[in-house]
Amino acid sequence: MDQSTLEGANRLAAQAGDLAQNAQLHAAQLAQLAAQTPAAHGSFVSFLTVFVLACFVGYYVVWRVTPALHSPLMAVTNAISSVIIVGALLAAGPMGFSLSKVLGFLAVILASVNIFGGFIVTQRMLAMFKKKQK
Amino acid sequence: MTENLTAFAYLIASICFIMALRGLSSPETSRQGNNFGIAGMAIAIVTTLLTPGVVSYWMIVLGILIGGSVGTVLAKRIQMTALPQLVAGFHSLVGLAAVCVAGAAFSNPEAYNIGVPGHIHGGSLVEMSLGLLIGAITFTGSLVAFAKLQGLVSGKPLQFPLQHQLNAALGVLLVLLVVSFVGSESSVVFILITLVALALGFLLILPIGGADMPVVVSMLNSYSGWAAAGIGFTLQNPLLIVVGALVGSSGAILSYIMCKGMNRSIINVILGGFGGGGGAAAAGGAAEAQDRGVKSGSPEDAAFILKNASKVVIVPGYGMAVAQAQHAVREMADLLKKEGVDVRYAIHPVAGRMPGHMNVLLAEANVPYDEVFELEEINHEFGTADVAYVIGANDVTNPAAKSDPASPIFGMPILDVEKAKTVLFIKRSMASGYAGVENELFFRDNTMMLFGDAKKVTEAIVGELG
Repeated sequence: MDQSTLEGANRLAAQAGDLAQNAQLHAAQLAQLAAQTPAAHGSFVSFLTVFVLACFVGYYVVWRVTPALHSPLMAVTNAISSVIIVGALLAAGPMGFSLSKVLGFLAVILASVNIFGGFIVTQRMLAMFKKKQK
Repeated sequence: MTENLTAFAYLIASICFIMALRGLSSPETSRQGNNFGIAGMAIAIVTTLLTPGVVSYWMIVLGILIGGSVGTVLAKRIQMTALPQLVAGFHSLVGLAAVCVAGAAFSNPEAYNIGVPGHIHGGSLVEMSLGLLIGAITFTGSLVAFAKLQGLVSGKPLQFPLQHQLNAALGVLLVLLVVSFVGSESSVVFILITLVALALGFLLILPIGGADMPVVVSMLNSYSGWAAAGIGFTLQNPLLIVVGALVGSSGAILSYIMCKGMNRSIINVILGGFGGGGGAAAAGGAAEAQDRGVKSGSPEDAAFILKNASKVVIVPGYGMAVAQAQHAVREMADLLKKEGVDVRYAIHPVAGRMPGHMNVLLAEANVPYDEVFELEEINHEFGTADVAYVIGANDVTNPAAKSDPASPIFGMPILDVEKAKTVLFIKRSMASGYAGVENELFFRDNTMMLFGDAKKVTEAIVGELG
């Protein structure tokens, strides 16, 4: 093989190595930057990511639900959507007395009706689904 | 609890909720799925109670006690035929809870770390108003659905001139109010958004007829999820966002399945009015029925035919549930099985008043779920069946859906009962079904009408068989 081609290849390889090192450096800086962004007031985009991914999970999981169990599906999704009680608890939690506490209290009642009612009625329905007795 | 630990617990709860839905892929795993759901909820609540902001517990305990006991009593007492009302009622509660939480977040934003009163972050205001208005629409919409299902108001579509224009105007008004709210952060605008959204929810569901209730209930299920997600964005709580997305997409998929079962678009359902012009068509049909020959039979005839069949497919509809005939049907099936007859059940996607309603009603009557089949699974078997026993169903068996392009139900997937050797059609009278369409099946040679109450006719057949 020609000597000059070999040299050229060597030079190129060295340059590629440098570039890789540079890229690594940039990636590290980027990671550091990302870590510095306050997590508590996390960006809207990160919540949107969670939301969109959860929609996909929901899409695939729900299509696998057998049509025979669509009523229990509704009852149980109804129960779990009452996880909104989390927001109600935070409102009803602080000391003292305020409008937000009253609203939180109301929401706790409403969501509890749903949580207990939803899970119990689902359980009742599912208990009725039996296989053929042989 | 540290912030990281809280986030981690919420992650576990999210996974539990996904597992809860996953469990419903088969009846065997479903009970375990429900337990996952309960576990997820318990984790979510305990975790929240342990966050530093929550220091006063008496109100919370009292609230859970009151709500919990009401919910428990309701769920234990409810009859399975009334399930759709119960679910619609529950949806309204989620909506109202979302409204309350949005109000709480507005009046005390510090509790949620989204700013101080008068200076809430702009993004949070947008999300708050979205959660608020979807919640409010869900609340009144579900109340209307509940009233229609419970029979408190007529199931007939309620229409008036300029209805859609009014709804559209309210929608535009809502958008303007949200924009103004984000700019001004005024509590007056907050209340205005609530009121307009409440009115809109009411007006949106009012024009939708009783036959479309399965779609409406699924749609409101979806809304309640989006409301939860909206609140989740406001409170920057990933658990609420995940659950809201799961529930929202679940309801959307169910709405889609229901619409497909009726061959209608979701827009068409929302614009409503289906089944309104049924009166004239039904009256015309009744007159026609007297001219055309209808073969009617007695329970003895039916029992004879059933006993000599080797394969019977039972097609139940909501009418069976209304007449509470499911137990009699199961008894009849048991007797036939003893005679060596192969008995199966065929269920149309929109049978009943909510998705899967008929399956629950049959399960309640101790019908094993492996004898119950969906439309696609069983439709090819009618050709080899000796008897199709249609009880309380009508439109979903109407061959006009396949043959008559002028029919309002044309294109709707139907159960091919007419392919069975004999069709036994249990019906109170010759009246048409919900869609207001005459069923030409009644006049076919291989159809025998059994006039009477679904339960009494079936019981009479049971008496003949026994």
